[in-house]
Amino acid sequence: MSTGTTKLDVVVSDVVPVNELVTRFHFRRRDGGLLPTFSGGAHVVVEMRDRDRTRLNPYSLMGSPLDTREYTISVRRDDVGRGGSLFMHRQVKPGLEMVISYPVNLFSLDLRAKKHLMLAGGIGITPFMAQTSQLAAAGGNFELHYTCRTASLGTYADVLQQRYGSRVHLYHDDREERIDLDRLLSSQPLGTHLYVCGPAGMINWVRDRAASLGWPSETVHFEHFAAPQPGAPFDVALALSHKTIRVGEQQSLLEAMEAAGVDPPYLCRGGVCGQCETNVISSDGKFIHNDHWLSEEDHRSGCKIMPCVSRFEGKSLVLER
Amino acid sequence: MGITFRKETFRDDYTFRNSPEHIRRFPFPFNEDAYMYAVNIEPHVVGPKGSVLENLIDVDEHYVAEMQDRALVLAEDPLRCQSLPHMTLAGWDLLELLMEQQALGYPEHFTLERDGDRWRWINRPLGIDDTFTFGDTSTLPYGPMEYITRQSQGDFCILDQRDGNLWMDAGMVTTQADWSLDFDIGMNFFEWHAPVPLAHEKGIFTRALKFLTNIQQGKPARRLNWTMTINPRLDTSPENYHKWGPDRATVTPENVGEKVHLRVELQSFWRLPRSNAIVFPIRCYLIKMDELVTQPKWARRLHRVIRDLPEELATYKGLTRYRPTLVEWLSKLDDGSPTSPGFGPD
Repeated sequence: MSTGTTKLDVVVSDVVPVNELVTRFHFRRRDGGLLPTFSGGAHVVVEMRDRDRTRLNPYSLMGSPLDTREYTISVRRDDVGRGGSLFMHRQVKPGLEMVISYPVNLFSLDLRAKKHLMLAGGIGITPFMAQTSQLAAAGGNFELHYTCRTASLGTYADVLQQRYGSRVHLYHDDREERIDLDRLLSSQPLGTHLYVCGPAGMINWVRDRAASLGWPSETVHFEHFAAPQPGAPFDVALALSHKTIRVGEQQSLLEAMEAAGVDPPYLCRGGVCGQCETNVISSDGKFIHNDHWLSEEDHRSGCKIMPCVSRFEGKSLVLER
Repeated sequence: MGITFRKETFRDDYTFRNSPEHIRRFPFPFNEDAYMYAVNIEPHVVGPKGSVLENLIDVDEHYVAEMQDRALVLAEDPLRCQSLPHMTLAGWDLLELLMEQQALGYPEHFTLERDGDRWRWINRPLGIDDTFTFGDTSTLPYGPMEYITRQSQGDFCILDQRDGNLWMDAGMVTTQADWSLDFDIGMNFFEWHAPVPLAHEKGIFTRALKFLTNIQQGKPARRLNWTMTINPRLDTSPENYHKWGPDRATVTPENVGEKVHLRVELQSFWRLPRSNAIVFPIRCYLIKMDELVTQPKWARRLHRVIRDLPEELATYKGLTRYRPTLVEWLSKLDDGSPTSPGFGPD
């Protein structure tokens, strides 16, 4: 049974600065054909060839799913991250040939919903760009609440307000505008589904409040791709492939495996999809789990690790890879 | 050169037959002389020319007759086709998939012309030439799923994916091996598989669900399943059990070759792009014993498989009543010599 996605050969057709932090990238198929249809909430994994290093980062597709002539993603520059966003901002120009994955949706709309209530924070707006396009075209009922730091950093806030008017509610941190979350969650019609995408703190806050206010967990949807965190280098023995590898400070365990020619399956590279789940054969040290896939019990057991985002500190780690 | 479609029936006088070419392309499901469940899933990629895998959606000489039989079933029982309200988008996804695949594999029989959302679909075997607006249900005579599955061989289940599970929320089911869409509609993966023996204990469904929820767009998968049917009857539904169940008592040593059929399902799994649902086509192939045993390897192997089948499986597949008669009949064609590896005939 193979997993993973098919690749698409694309060319960068446009690069558009949106504001001081965010730049939009447009991709078209190199052969001029149409791209695969996708559903709102889907992401692609973009392969970035940076000299001897390949980075693979997931980005939500933000164009209309009805238009498959091109895909668009928006990338927020992270000056202290591991360099993927800086590569996109500095190295990617129109005409560059790149490889991206087929779309994968881990943040799908529940089409049974009588109403879709969307909460976005910062760059977490991108999957909602596609979802609102999809719903608007089908006459769907949605309402979007979008928190940003300042008006000038409210990426696409103007576009969304122009498209959807009073269905879009904006909150600016610098004006001390806050979502009255309890009131919002308490005043929704039966059959409403809640979607949240943004920083981890926001997602946890919304999920906690929704649970406290009695929202069934099946009606609360969230997407948070954890970017792999840098950390102290560590050594890992891969028992099946008879290799010992070192995970660099700026590298994820998954990337270190791939660099050594070991290729676990993956879809999201953000601790969500579960594909790269790996059994621990033995360990002497401490796991730093950063994923949303394994249960707390799994985390405590020390028997499993998600190499896309999680790390290890200690004397020895042997994995079943 | 196109397919010559047979005029035949799957009821009453049962004139269904396979031509010699179709006997050789039959998807015989046993690659060894014994059978037990396995998660026998593999990528659904194009296979050898002249096999049922030559195209990912197979159209064969039974196409027109099967579509006529489906229309008869639906006329008697419209609940064989159901789509919960949130599944219309998935129906459009399926319409696109089946039109594209049929036009790609059989251009002499099917043509799809797309101009934005203005589509023209020509189905020559059934004499259909319709122009409609993709996404606008009012421009088709039926809902999108019903429209296209009245023109596509096999049953189709559309599974909504949510809460880490799959839900049977739409389907067209008229050629089924004794299960009911009307009963299963709205159920999740574990609920509708509850009656299957042995497999739960082996953890097969948990692993299968994990695999299916990870099926990716552009990478369909497939597996084979099988049972047996008395008379070439496509509609062996629980609703019509009174019509076909008693047939199982009619098998005699004299009529095994004509009456007993191996029934193979080619099941495939596809991620649908707009709805993020999974479609699960279940394509049924029938072959009577007289046709099957024209391939000596298949005769020997089927004898050994049916003879050694665990009792629970024989019961679940409904073979108990006529198994001894069938095994006795097949044993005369099994000289005990070894069979070659693989599914195909020698």
